[in-house]
Amino acid sequence: MRKLREFIIEKLVLLCGLASIFFVVLIFLFLLREGLAVFKTISPSAFLAGKSWYPISEPPQLGILPLILGSLVVTFGAALISIPIGVGCAIYIAEIAPKRLKEILKAGIELLAAIPSVVLGFIGMVTLVPFVKTVFHLPTGLTALSGSIMLAFMAMPTIVSIAEDALYSIPKTYKEGALAMGATHWQAIWRVMLRAASSGILAAIMLGIGRVIGETMAVMMITGNAAVIPHSLFVPVRTLTATIAAEMGEAVIGSEHYFALFAIGIVLFVISFAINVTADLFLHKRQ
Amino acid sequence: MNPYRTQRIAFFLLFMANALILLLVGFVVVVIVQKGLPAITWQFLSDVPRQGMRAGGIFPAIVGTLYLVAGAIVFALPIGLLAAIYLSEYAKDNLLTRLIKLAIVNLAGVPSVVYGLFGLALFVVFFKFGASILSGSLTLGIMILPLIITASREALESVPQSFREVSLSLGASKWQTIRHIVLPNAIPGILTGTILGLGRAAGETAPILFTVAAFYLPLLPGSIFDQVMALPYHLYVISTQVPNVDEKIRYGTAFVLLALVLFMNLIAIIIRYKFRMKKKW
Amino acid sequence: MVIFKIDDLDIRFGSVHAVRGVSMEVLAHEILTVIGPSNSGKTTFLRMLNRMNDLQPNFKMSGTVEFEGDNIRKMNVEILRRKVGTVFALPLPLPLSIFDNVAYGPRMHGLHGRGKLAERVEEALRRAYLWEEVKDRLQESAFKLSGGQQQRLCIARTLAVEPEVILFDEPCSGLDPISTAKVEDAMVKLKQQYTLILVTNNVKQAARVGDRTAFFLSGEMIEIDKTDKIFTAPRDGRTDDYIRGRFG
Repeated sequence: MRKLREFIIEKLVLLCGLASIFFVVLIFLFLLREGLAVFKTISPSAFLAGKSWYPISEPPQLGILPLILGSLVVTFGAALISIPIGVGCAIYIAEIAPKRLKEILKAGIELLAAIPSVVLGFIGMVTLVPFVKTVFHLPTGLTALSGSIMLAFMAMPTIVSIAEDALYSIPKTYKEGALAMGATHWQAIWRVMLRAASSGILAAIMLGIGRVIGETMAVMMITGNAAVIPHSLFVPVRTLTATIAAEMGEAVIGSEHYFALFAIGIVLFVISFAINVTADLFLHKRQ
Repeated sequence: MNPYRTQRIAFFLLFMANALILLLVGFVVVVIVQKGLPAITWQFLSDVPRQGMRAGGIFPAIVGTLYLVAGAIVFALPIGLLAAIYLSEYAKDNLLTRLIKLAIVNLAGVPSVVYGLFGLALFVVFFKFGASILSGSLTLGIMILPLIITASREALESVPQSFREVSLSLGASKWQTIRHIVLPNAIPGILTGTILGLGRAAGETAPILFTVAAFYLPLLPGSIFDQVMALPYHLYVISTQVPNVDEKIRYGTAFVLLALVLFMNLIAIIIRYKFRMKKKW
Repeated sequence: MVIFKIDDLDIRFGSVHAVRGVSMEVLAHEILTVIGPSNSGKTTFLRMLNRMNDLQPNFKMSGTVEFEGDNIRKMNVEILRRKVGTVFALPLPLPLSIFDNVAYGPRMHGLHGRGKLAERVEEALRRAYLWEEVKDRLQESAFKLSGGQQQRLCIARTLAVEPEVILFDEPCSGLDPISTAKVEDAMVKLKQQYTLILVTNNVKQAARVGDRTAFFLSGEMIEIDKTDKIFTAPRDGRTDDYIRGRFG
C-alpha cells in the first residue's frame, strides 16, 4: 500500500516536472503548425526580407522587414538608455547605498516590475507621448523614441535585479584585495568588480533586451503602429509584437494573414529562446 | 584627475540613475492615484459600462479578471508545486534536470503575445473551447507556471536538509517527509510566489487578447465557456479604441487595475516579512 | 546474539574512499564505541548501518551488511530505519512542539489515538530522562529547550519508534560536561533494552561507556576488542598512539 503510494507520487511529481519541457515544446509545435502554412504562398526569404506589410490587400503582401526593423529600432533605443542606467542602478544598490536606502530602492524596482504593462502604456500615452511631441517639435509623439523610453523603463527591473545579483555574488576578497592595494572604492568597482561580474551583467542585459523585444501592450499604445521601414527614432513604427496583438483580432482563422501572424510568433519565439539559452549559459558560467 | 574626485562624480551619477527610476515610478503611481481615486465610486465599481463605455462602471471587467486569475491559479498551482517538489526533492543532478530548468527559463522568457497565439491555436481552435474563460485561464496559467515553480522551489530548498534526514532516520518515507516536514515549512514561500503569480496574471493583456477578452459585454459569465471582459483589456480598449472616453473613467480603470495588482504584491510582501520574523532555524 | 554482521564493507563517495574493507560483528545489548580521528570513516560506517548514506550523492558500496540475518540492501529501508534509530551529532529538533517531535515517528508508522500516543511519548521521554523537565510544557516549541535537553529530546524521539539498535553519532560534541554526563547516563541505562553503537571523538567517553571499542584510521578498522583491553593492552601500536593522544 505504502510502496504503491510512494511510487505513484514519484511518477506524478516527475510528470509535473516534465510539464515545463512539454509546454515549451507544445508552444513551439503549435506555432509551427499554424505558422509554417504561410510558406506555401511566400518563401521564407521574401517573408523575412519583404519590404511591405499589407496583409489585407489583394493579394496580401507579407514582408515583415518593416516590423523587424521597427522592433530593432525601438529595442536599440531602449538598450541605449537602459543599459547604462540599469547597470548603474545595480552598482549603486549592490555596492554603495546604505542598508535603509538599499531596501527602499529595491522596493521601488519591485514596484515597477509589478505595474501591468497596459497601465504603463496608458500613462505613456497621456504623459510621455505629448512630452516627446513638444520637446522635439514632431507632428506626433507616437514614435519609436517614445517606445524606446518606455521600454527602457520597463526593462529596468530585469536588468537591475540580475546585475545586482551578479555583483553581490562576487567573493568579498576581490574587492578587499583591490582596496588593500590602495584603490578607491570606485576604482575597485570599475576595474575589479565589474570585470568579475561581467558574465552575470551580460546575462542581465540580454534578459533585459529579451523583455524589450517581447513587450507588447505598452509598445503598441505609444509607437504609432505604422508598418513602414523606419529611418529615424522620430517616426512612428510598428513592432513584431504589436503587429500580432493589433491584427490577430481581425484576421480570419485559416487565412494567409492568420498564418503570417503565427509565423511572426515563430520569429519571436526563436529570438526569445536564443536570448534565454545564451543568458542562462552566461549565468551558469559564473557559478 | 584626483581619484577621489572621480569617485565622488561617479557615485553621484549612480545615485542620480536610481533617483531617476524611483522618481518615475513614484510619478506613475502618484498620477494614477491622484487622477484615478476621484473616479472611484460605488457606482463605478458595481455598474456595467454604459453609452459605449463612455459612462457607467467596470463591474464586468473586475469580475472577469477575478475569474481568469482564479482559473489560472487553479491550473498552475498544483502543477507548479508538484514540479517544484520534483526539482527540489526528487531530481538528480543530470541532463534531464538541466533540461527542465532550461525549459522553465525559456517559458518565463516567451513574450506574452506569443502565449496569446499559443492559447488561440491550442485552446480556442484545436480544442474548440472558443474564446472563453477556460481558454484564457489555461493560457495565463501556463504563463505564470515558471514563476510559481521558481518561487516554490526556492521555498522548498530553503528548508534545512537536516530536517529531512531526521525524518527519514525515524523511518518516515520520502513522501511522508515531504508532506509533514518540508511542505509545512515552505508554505509561506509558496504562498508568496503564488500571490505574485496572481498579480502577474491579473495585469497581463496580450495573452487574453485572442483567448477570452470581450470588447464590450455587459453581462456576467454563465459558465467557463463564456467570454468575459477583463480589466487590462478594458483599459486598453477605452484608451485606444473608443474615442471621447472621459479621462476620469480611464484613470479610474487604471487605478482599479493597479490597486488590484499592488494589493496582491503587498500581501505577498507581508507574508514574506512575517515569515522572516517567525523563522525558527 | 549477533545483531549486525559486516563483511568486507567498502564505501566510496565519488573519488573519496571513505571506508576500506571493514569486517566485524555487533552483539545484542552491548555498547560498541567507535573511535578514531576525524575523517577516519567512522561516521560513514555508522550511517551505513541504517542506510543513511543512501541520501548522499555519488555513494557507492561493496561488501555486505546483515541486520539480524537479512542483507540491509534488500530490506525495506523504512523498516530498517525503524529498527535502527539514529541520534545525530548536533541536537536537531524538528520545527514542532516537544510532544509532536517525540510523536512524529510513531505517527508516521500509523499509531494514532491521543491516549496511545501520549503514553508512548511519556514513556520515551522518561527513558531519555527528560520527562520531569518537560512534562508541563509539552506543547512548547522544541527550540525553546537547552542544548542538552534538545539532545535528550532527540534520544526520546528515537526511542519512541521502539528501535532495537540506536546509533549515536558523536552525540555530545556540542554539549557541556554536565549535559554530556546526563546523556552518557541515559546511554548506559538504555543498554538493557537496546544495542547501542556510539561514534565518538572523545576517547575518555569511549572508556567510560563502551563494552567493546573499535578503532578506525583512514577508513580501515585497525582493531576491535573489549574496551579495557583496547585501553590497557592494544595489539596495534597506532591504537596505543591514538588513545594516548600522540595524534588526533
